[in-house]
Amino acid sequence: MDRNINVPISDNDAKILRAGDYVYLTGTIYTARDAAHKRMAETLEKKEELPIQLNHNIIYYMGPSPAREGRPIGSAGPTTSSRMDKYTPDLLDLGLKGMIGKGKRSKEVQEAIIRNHAVYFAAVGGAGALLSKKILSSEVIAYDDLGTEAIRKLEVKDFPVIVVIDSEGNNLYETAIKQYQD
Amino acid sequence: MEEIRVLDIGEITKNIKEMCIEANYFLSEDMKNVFQKAREKEQSPIGKQILNQLDENLRIAEKDNIPICQDTGMAVVFITVGQDVHLTGGNLTDAVNEGVRQGYQEGFLRKSVVADPIYRENTKDNTPAIIYYDITDGNSVEITVAPKGFGSENMSRIFMLKPADGIDGVKEAVLTAVKDAGPNACPPMVVGVGIGGTFEKCAFLAKKALTRSLDKKAEKPYIQDLEQELLEKINQLGIGPGGLGGTQTAFAVNIETYPTHIAGLPVAVNICCHVNRHITRKL
Repeated sequence: MDRNINVPISDNDAKILRAGDYVYLTGTIYTARDAAHKRMAETLEKKEELPIQLNHNIIYYMGPSPAREGRPIGSAGPTTSSRMDKYTPDLLDLGLKGMIGKGKRSKEVQEAIIRNHAVYFAAVGGAGALLSKKILSSEVIAYDDLGTEAIRKLEVKDFPVIVVIDSEGNNLYETAIKQYQD
Repeated sequence: MEEIRVLDIGEITKNIKEMCIEANYFLSEDMKNVFQKAREKEQSPIGKQILNQLDENLRIAEKDNIPICQDTGMAVVFITVGQDVHLTGGNLTDAVNEGVRQGYQEGFLRKSVVADPIYRENTKDNTPAIIYYDITDGNSVEITVAPKGFGSENMSRIFMLKPADGIDGVKEAVLTAVKDAGPNACPPMVVGVGIGGTFEKCAFLAKKALTRSLDKKAEKPYIQDLEQELLEKINQLGIGPGGLGGTQTAFAVNIETYPTHIAGLPVAVNICCHVNRHITRKL
C-alpha cells in the first residue's frame, strides 16, 4: 500500500504501517551513522543530554558525499543498518520512533521495535543520487568534526522508503524472499 | 625488446584523478547492459520498481554529476607497468595517491578512509589507495580504478576448503556467502570469486574478477559453465533487488582461478553491489 506520512511520526502512523507498505516521508529527519551512534552512547553513559530530541523522530543511517555549490547535499543513500544494532534498542526505549537504512536487523532491535511500537524502513541502497533530490535542506547540528558522519537535520519531501519491520514485528526481508525461492 | 619509453609521473596522477571521478558518476557499458536485462527479467513488482528507481538514479548521476552512490568507496587501483617504461618526475605510489586525493576533492566524492582501523581518524582526502602493481612486457602502462563500497565488501568471505570438497564445496561456499549477504550487499550484486592460490592470492583474484567486463567470458570452459550455474542458483535464492524478494539477485558471477597447493582449495567470494565501478585506461 502507498502512503504519505509526515515526520516526526505520530504514534498512530507508526502503529498502522505494515511491512511492505511503500511510504513517502515529508518533514524533518536526522542522520546518524557509526561514529555518531558511538558518541551518543557515550553521552548517555555519562548521563548527559543528547544533541537531538528522540521523541517521535526518525534517524536516517546516512553519510552523504559533499554537496556541490547550490545544492543542499551530495549523494545521500542509506548505509547498512546492522552496524547500528548495538545502539538502537536504547535509543528506541528513549523515544526514537523509526530508523531508515538498509539490510537486516538483530533480534534485539526487532524486539525493541515491537516494544516501542516503532518502525524500520529501508531506502533503496545505492540510489544516492535519486534520494538526494528528495532532500530540500541539510544542516549539521552536532559532531561537525566527524565530517560525513556528523549529525544532520534534513528537511525531506516525498522521501521514498519501504516498511521492512513494522510495529507488530512483521519482517518483509523474511516474507518477501520466500515467494521467489525455487 | 621495445624501445624504452619515458613517461612523466604527472600523467599517472592526471589519469587516476579523472578515473576516480568518471567511475563514480558513470556506470560502465557492461554494467548498464546487465541492468537493462535484469529489468526485463525481474518477476517481482517491488523488485521491478526498485530496478526502475536504480535506473533513474543512474540517469540523475550522469546528468547532474552526483555520485551514483554516496559511498564512493576506497580507491582500489591495479597498475601494470611495461618493463620498457621509464617513469620520471617522482614516486609512482605518491603519484597514484595524489590522483586519488585530487579526484575525490574535485569530484565532490566522499572521503571514507580512516588512518587507523582502531583509532579511526578520517584522512580527509580518501587516501591511501589500495594499490596492486604488476610488471609485464612492452612500454605501456595499464591502469584500472575500481572504487569499492563497503556495504558489500563487509559481506565478502574466504573459505579454506579441503581438496576433497571439490567443485561442490566451491558452489556451496559461494551460495553461503550470497545468502548471508542478502539485503545488506545492495543486490542485484556482482559476485567475484577467486579459486586457488594461497590465502591472500584467492582474495586478490576475487577482487580482480570484479573488474572483468561482464561481457567477457572466463578462459576455461568449465569455469564458464560454473559461472552460469552459480548465477542461476543465486537467482533462485529469492533475495531480489534491494533484498525485498525477486528473481534478480545477481547480475553476474565472475570467477578467476590460479594453481594451488596439493593440500588446499582456497575460495574467496568478493561481493559487489549493483554499483560495480571499474574503469581501465592504457597509457
